[in-house]
Amino acid sequence: MSIHWIKNGRIIDPANQRDAVGDLFTVDGKIVDSLSESQKQEAKVFDADGLVVCPGFVDLHCHLREPGDRHKETIKSGSRAAAKGGFTTVVAMSNTKPPTDTVGAIRQVVDVIDRDAVINVLPTGCLTQNRDGKALAPIGSLKSAGAVAITDGGHCVQNHELMRRGVEYAAMFGLVVMDHCEDVTQTDGCVMNEGVWSLRLGLRGMPRAAEDIMVSRNVIFAAHYGAHIHLQHISSGYSVDIIRRAKERGIKITAEATPHHLSLTEASLKDYSTHFKVVPPLRTEKDRQALIEGLQDGTIDCIATAHAPHTEIEKDKEFDFAPFGMNGLETALSVCLDTLVHNELLTLPQLIACMTHKPAGILGLDRGTLSSGAPADITIFDPEENWVVSRDNLASLSHNSPWLGLTLRGKVRATYSEGELAYPFAD
Amino acid sequence: MSTEAEWKRKDLVGIEELSREELEIIYAKAEEFKATLNRSQRKLPTLRGSTVVNLFMEPSTRTRLAFEVAATRLSADVLTVSGNASSLVKGESLRDTAKNIEALSADIIIMRHSAAGAARYLSRQIDIPVINAGDGAHEHPTQALLDTFTMREKLGKDLTGKKVTILGDILFSRVARSNIWALRKLGAEVTLGGPSTLVPKDFEHFGVKVIHDLREALAEADAVMLLRIQHERQSSTHFPSLGEYTSMFGLNEKRESWLKKDAIIMHPGPINRGVELDSKLADSGRSVILEQVTNGIVVRMAVLYLCASYAAQHRSA
Ligand SMILES: [Zn+2]
Ligand SMILES: [Zn+2]
Repeated sequence: MSIHWIKNGRIIDPANQRDAVGDLFTVDGKIVDSLSESQKQEAKVFDADGLVVCPGFVDLHCHLREPGDRHKETIKSGSRAAAKGGFTTVVAMSNTKPPTDTVGAIRQVVDVIDRDAVINVLPTGCLTQNRDGKALAPIGSLKSAGAVAITDGGHCVQNHELMRRGVEYAAMFGLVVMDHCEDVTQTDGCVMNEGVWSLRLGLRGMPRAAEDIMVSRNVIFAAHYGAHIHLQHISSGYSVDIIRRAKERGIKITAEATPHHLSLTEASLKDYSTHFKVVPPLRTEKDRQALIEGLQDGTIDCIATAHAPHTEIEKDKEFDFAPFGMNGLETALSVCLDTLVHNELLTLPQLIACMTHKPAGILGLDRGTLSSGAPADITIFDPEENWVVSRDNLASLSHNSPWLGLTLRGKVRATYSEGELAYPFAD
Repeated sequence: MSTEAEWKRKDLVGIEELSREELEIIYAKAEEFKATLNRSQRKLPTLRGSTVVNLFMEPSTRTRLAFEVAATRLSADVLTVSGNASSLVKGESLRDTAKNIEALSADIIIMRHSAAGAARYLSRQIDIPVINAGDGAHEHPTQALLDTFTMREKLGKDLTGKKVTILGDILFSRVARSNIWALRKLGAEVTLGGPSTLVPKDFEHFGVKVIHDLREALAEADAVMLLRIQHERQSSTHFPSLGEYTSMFGLNEKRESWLKKDAIIMHPGPINRGVELDSKLADSGRSVILEQVTNGIVVRMAVLYLCASYAAQHRSA
C-alpha cells in the first residue's frame, strides 16, 4: 500500500476551483480526502511549503518517435522527459515508423508503453492508411486496440471528401479527430512564416492562409457532420478568430496552442537557427497576441507541447534542409509561466487549467484533476526557481530546444503518476 | 589613409550587416585595383601562396569565373569544387565538406549555395574567410557591390537621392535584396517594380517603394536594374508565362521613352534577351552591362584582399 502526504503546498485544482494552502493525500494511486491516523504514520511525507501542488499536466500532442526513430526519442525517454516537465499524461502522435495505422501497430506501441513508460502515455491512431491521405485507416479497430484519438500526426488530409468521411466515421465511435491544419499546396518548399522576415532572410514563407483555410474547412465539417475536430498547434491570429466565431455558434471545435507559438515570433529566425524551424511556423507579434487573447477568452482550449525531438546532427544544417520541430516537454511549464503568468496575462490557476483538466476534457480522460477518487497524478513545482536549460539536464534524447543555454523561471520539483513518484527519477 | 586597418571582418556574408563606411572601404580598394587593370603586368602579388577555394554547390559560370579571375589577379591558387559533380560533397553535410576544405589548408572559401543562410552557417563552422557568392534568395553581396560601384562611376560618387528602380523577380532574387541594402545605406531611393506575385508589398518595410505600374516605376529612375526572369523557378504559379511577362513588364524600345534621357540600364546577367530586356536596349548606349562585368573583377579583388588581410592579421595576433 503506497500512501503519500503532501503537506502545506498551495493546492491549485482548477477543475474544482480550489486554490488554497493545504495538504493532499493519496492512497494506492488515488486521491483521497483524508488519511486515518495509522495511514498518516505510514505515509511518505513531502513538504511542499512554498510550492504549488496541482494535477499532473496533460499534453494532447507529442511525438515520441518509437517505433522507428529511437535515436531521437523513445517512449521511455519521452515519458521521462514528460515527467520531468510535470506531465503525467501525454498523447503520442501517430507518425511513428511504421505509423499507428493498424491494430498491430497500436498493440506494439501499447506493449512498449506498458513496459517502459513512467507516466500515462496514450497512443493515437491514424486517420488514413500510412498517413498519406488516400484511404481511411481502420478507425474503429484502432479504437478497440487502444487509440484515444485519431490523427495523421503532422500530415493534414488534403482531400476534403476523404476528411469529411473520416471525421463522420470517427464521430460514430466518439473519437476526436486531431488535425494539423495546413493546405500544402500553399506551403510546398516553405520553411518559415511568410512576411517581412521571410523576405529579409530569403527563405520561402508559409502564408497564414494555408492554416486558415484548413481551420475553416474543419469548422465547416464539424458544423455539418457534428464531428468533434481538435485543431492542433494554432499559430495564426486569423484562425483564432475563425475558431472564436465557430464556438459562438456552438460548433464542436477545440484548439490548442503551443508554448513556442505563445512565446516566440518569426524574428527569432534572424540568425537562421534551425532550433526555431517549426511547422506551423513562428509568426508575428500580432499573431502571438491573438493566441494569448484566445487563451484568455477560452477560444484556445488548452496548451499542448507538440514536442518534436530531433538530434543535433539532423538540426545542424542549412535552414532549408533541417527538419521541422522543437523539443518541448521539459520547458513547457517554465516558458508558459514566464510568458503568461509572470507577465500577468493569465493567472496561475488559469494556466494550470489549460494544462490539466481542459486538455483532459477534450478527449474525455478522467485526468487533470485532484478530485477525491481521481488517479493520483500530481505535479509539484516552484514557480520562482530558476534553472538553466542544458544538454545535460534534459531527459529527452534530443536537445533541439531554442531555450538551450537560457535561464528559465519555474521548475518542477516532483511528479506523481498514479501515486508513484515518476520524477525525480528513482535511478 | 590606410583603409585595410578599418576592415574588421573575416567574412563577407551579406550587405545587410555592413555599414556605409565599410562599403566605402571596399569601393576605395576596388578603385585602387581598377587603376592597375590597364598596366601591362596585371597580376599583383598580394595573395601569392594562398589557396582560394571556389565551392559552388549551385552552378553559376559567371560568378565563378569572375571570382577565379579576381583571385588569379591577386596571384592566389584557385581550386574549384562543384557541388553537383564532386564526390567530396556527395551525401556529405556542408559542415563536413567545409571542414575537409579547411583541412586541405585552404585560405579562403567562396561559396555559392542554394540555401539561404548557408554562407553564414559556413562562416561559423570554420576559421578561414567565407565569401558569399550567393545563398539562395538571401544575399549576393559582391553583385550588389559591383552594381553600386558601377552606379557610382556613372551617376556620381555620392548616390544620395539617386533613384534606382529594380524590375522583375524580386521575391526570389538575392541580387535584389543585396542591392536594396546597399542602396539604402548609400542614401539612394529604391523602387521595386514588377508583378505583385514577385514583388510583394511587404518589401516596403525595407524603406523602398513598390510600384506595379511600369510607367510610374520607370519615370524618375536614374538607373534601371533588370533581373532575370526564370519561369521554371516560380513553378508556374507566380506569373502566367514569359510572353505575358514580356508584354506587361519587359523593357522594350517603346517603354524606353518613359525613361529620363540619361538613365542607365543594368542587368546582373545572364540576360534573357527579349524577355525582361529588349536585345537592342541591352547593347545600347544606356546599357552598362559589360562595365558591370569588369567592375565585378575589381570589387571581388577588393573583398578577397580585405578579408584575407583581416584573417592574416587575426591569425598572427
Ligand atoms: Zn503538426
Ligand atoms: Zn506534431
